[in-house]
Amino acid sequence: MSDSHETKTTAAQPPLHDRHPVDFNAYLRRCGFIFVGILCAIGLMLWISYLPGHTWALKSALILVVACANAFVVAGFLMHLLSEKKMIYTLLAVTVFLFIGLMGLTLYAMQDFPAGTQMH
Amino acid sequence: MDIPYAIQPRPDTGLYNAKVGIWLFLASEVMLFGGLFSAYVLLRVGADPGTWPHGWQNLTLGTINTVVLALSAITTLLAWVACKAGQFGRFKFFHACTLLFALAFAIIHLNEYHEDLTHYEIHLTSGLIADGHMVENNLKEDYVIIEGRTVNDEKLLYDLRSQTIKESEIKIPRAEIASMESYGPWHNTYMALDFTMTGLHLLHVIAGSVVIGYLWLFGRKMWRTDPERFTNRVEVSGLFWHFVDLVWIFLFPVLYLT
Repeated sequence: MSDSHETKTTAAQPPLHDRHPVDFNAYLRRCGFIFVGILCAIGLMLWISYLPGHTWALKSALILVVACANAFVVAGFLMHLLSEKKMIYTLLAVTVFLFIGLMGLTLYAMQDFPAGTQMH
Repeated sequence: MDIPYAIQPRPDTGLYNAKVGIWLFLASEVMLFGGLFSAYVLLRVGADPGTWPHGWQNLTLGTINTVVLALSAITTLLAWVACKAGQFGRFKFFHACTLLFALAFAIIHLNEYHEDLTHYEIHLTSGLIADGHMVENNLKEDYVIIEGRTVNDEKLLYDLRSQTIKESEIKIPRAEIASMESYGPWHNTYMALDFTMTGLHLLHVIAGSVVIGYLWLFGRKMWRTDPERFTNRVEVSGLFWHFVDLVWIFLFPVLYLT
């Protein structure tokens, strides 16, 4: 017996999967590609971390760029952020603004020592 | 009285209540973890050259955990798709996978904490430093035994990636120990940040697992009576789980690689 028979339906409302037809196998394939992409990103980050002859700052920057690409894949495809509603984008834009402010203020304050601080 | 837009999306925004709620919650979570990340950046950049730990984490376990969490994110999405397709059996299967991956992640991570808490830095009265995992620390005996190495400069303990380390069993008489400390959050700034950030993340993994476990165990009744509401709950819990994965995507490179 198919699992789909487990849902009860009413005369006024067709079952959920009839109103929102979803191709499960297409999603499965897409998830396979996404997972391979994530694995590649992890491998790339590991490879960069072992690259000889580069400064720590350069390697860290490259690794974080790959991490951002990885995060984009997860947020864009797995969280469906690429096809979200305008209200969610507005909410996230405010969050990004505040987040940048939070990080920026921290970095901006790095050289702002209280008077009388002993430097060594 | 029915609460409007609890199941069906509001026509103007296209969103149901819980979805707005979870995104607002995730926005606050971004600021919570953002504060910790900016603290890390501030302290890392401000550290004197050669004094920030590098290679202290178990890279193999960290990489396995990253893959495990990515897999759990995929199974979470597939559980939601299964609900959309009206296949409750598949939902049960994929969310069972998610819970198993979450359990694996937590066990691996707790094992890493155990490794840290049994790793000791022992300053000897001779000025040397013994560093390694505690093998024997019986208070009735007048010695401790560690599996590790001895160095004469503390700076040699910071960057482990650039060294080939040969470990051996070292027996240290207690009379020769000036001070002894495990690699817990009290050890230094890096370990404090590591335990705080990964600990908070692990709490999120546990919280997400509880919600997903509840839907997995007790979801059948709601699925039968109100499948759309149930599917919405699966989606909302899935969004939280993906956020947990997102945080780890940044924690892994920051703590294990840079």
